[in-house]
Amino acid sequence: MTLLRDPSHRDEPVIGTHPILYLEGVSVCFDGFRALNNLNLYIDDGELRCIIGPNGAGKTTLMDVITGKTRPDQGTVFFGQTTNLLELDEPAIAEVGICRKFQKPTVFERLTVFENLELALHTDKRVWPTLFARLDSAQLDGIATVADTIGLRHQLRQRAGVLSHGQKQWLEIGMLLMQNPKVLLVDEPIAGMTQQETERTAALLVSLAGQHSVVVVEHDMAFVRSIARKVTVLHEGTVLTEGSMDEVQNDPRVIQVYLGT
Amino acid sequence: MAVPGLRDDTGGLIGVSGLLLAALFIPLFNLLTPETSPLHVSTYTVSLLGKYLSFALLALALDLVWGYCGILSLGHGVFFALGGYAMGMYLMRQIGERGVYGNPLLPDFMVFLNWQELPWYWLGFDHFAYTVVMILLVPGTLALLFGWLTFRSRVTGVYLSIITQALTYALMLAFFRNEMGFGGNNGLTDFKELLGFNLQHDTTRDGLFAVTALMLAGAYLACRKVVDSKLGRVVMAIRDGESRVRFLGYRVEMFKLWLFVFSALLAGIAGALYVPQVGIINPSEFSPLNSLEIVIWVAVGGRGSLYGAILGAILVNYGKTVFTAVLPEVWLFALGALFILVTLFLPQGLAGLWQRRDRT
Repeated sequence: MTLLRDPSHRDEPVIGTHPILYLEGVSVCFDGFRALNNLNLYIDDGELRCIIGPNGAGKTTLMDVITGKTRPDQGTVFFGQTTNLLELDEPAIAEVGICRKFQKPTVFERLTVFENLELALHTDKRVWPTLFARLDSAQLDGIATVADTIGLRHQLRQRAGVLSHGQKQWLEIGMLLMQNPKVLLVDEPIAGMTQQETERTAALLVSLAGQHSVVVVEHDMAFVRSIARKVTVLHEGTVLTEGSMDEVQNDPRVIQVYLGT
Repeated sequence: MAVPGLRDDTGGLIGVSGLLLAALFIPLFNLLTPETSPLHVSTYTVSLLGKYLSFALLALALDLVWGYCGILSLGHGVFFALGGYAMGMYLMRQIGERGVYGNPLLPDFMVFLNWQELPWYWLGFDHFAYTVVMILLVPGTLALLFGWLTFRSRVTGVYLSIITQALTYALMLAFFRNEMGFGGNNGLTDFKELLGFNLQHDTTRDGLFAVTALMLAGAYLACRKVVDSKLGRVVMAIRDGESRVRFLGYRVEMFKLWLFVFSALLAGIAGALYVPQVGIINPSEFSPLNSLEIVIWVAVGGRGSLYGAILGAILVNYGKTVFTAVLPEVWLFALGALFILVTLFLPQGLAGLWQRRDRT
């Protein structure tokens, strides 16, 4: 995995400082339970943002709202200045460049690694063009490049079902990369990973920031510390605080939320 | 043999070669060998085989949606029957003055019901080309409407299966009614000729068999092309993780709809080939049990392999022919037992046995 950089390189300049994703006053109610409560969040272009928070803080609901799976009861969600995500459905949101990696790896196990990447390729995804689709050499190169990035070049012909848990997670990230995303939403990327896999994943995510905005939802504090430049703490559906890992960890409110009272 | 697209498909290669050989030799053995010869194939057998092959085409259509996209249609008999009725209407109008009542325009059952003129939807069925269009258009349109409504509402799994079952039951009840103008419970029968060929002649029977075998081979190659395309991979991905495919940016319902309509067209063609060979089409073709049987053929043969569906349809129907002649009352029990055994011990069907051997 030559392309993966050492995760300790944390003092690189943050590229792009204008927000690309805006959530303002977002509220979601499930049967009276406020999963999100007047939440405001701005993600900058090219930044690597970690979102943490105790169970039930609304992390997954937040992802659902951004990707169109859940419609908020109130609030606005914009991608860039002009794209109102609330007017788009899931495939359309994926099309504009917001891609999500689920908590559980959901690669297509009966297809090969190559086929998984091919399906994710950013191209005309309507029915008839798909029926007659042929890969051109640029697209083949694109698949090879992504396979290199995620360290699965030698597994391209294998069925995704035989990959290790960590490899499946990387394949899933690779599938996101095939879609040329502007924003990558990554839900609990290291759940169930070995120490070595965790380190590789950290390096991979750090290497992706810059070209893409990467939003990582994670429980593991050591992992968050190893990759994060900016951390957002969610609590009871709203943003408790934002800042560097050190600032956040020393915030008395955060300590209270995490350690309980 | 240089059949494009079958390089890695031994089962398909054998199946298609077998069909091509059958299309050539079975009619030859029927026509050219004397009845005493051990090679002789009786005309009865030719038509029976033709019937099996049209069922095989229907099974192929179901395997495409069930085996590859996970859409368990328990109503595929609908599209088969509609294609069959379209062909039946053409054959009825070819009878002309040779009917019992000798009416040049109206089929016998309409004269019997005291109808004075041909209903509007029977117009045009005296032309074969129009009939061919209808054989595709009617099942295709129904599949489009039904699929659009259900897939768009994200009805999946067992709920979809139940709705398809209801669809076939509703159409059966409708076609039983005399006022519908499709011959009520007697259906359409007493056919005389097809494109000017007498349906009682051996040569016509042989020709129908050969056409059915060739259509089945062609449909197999078309289905293989579809499942080997990128669309085929999208469809398999939908089967294994529908919502994940949606997040990749594919409109899942459009892909399902395309495949469902394509499958309905094949089923319609199968019905149209079936009717002139068995000489009758009646509302029992819509019965829910018929549609369930198709599922069993595919399960026995092995879903998700295409050739397994063909094999399953032929074997189970051969079994049915034998059983219903010897022990007719046992057949349904045998069929049920077969389904249970296959589900328990051969989840991949007979094709699974083959693939297992391939792998080792």
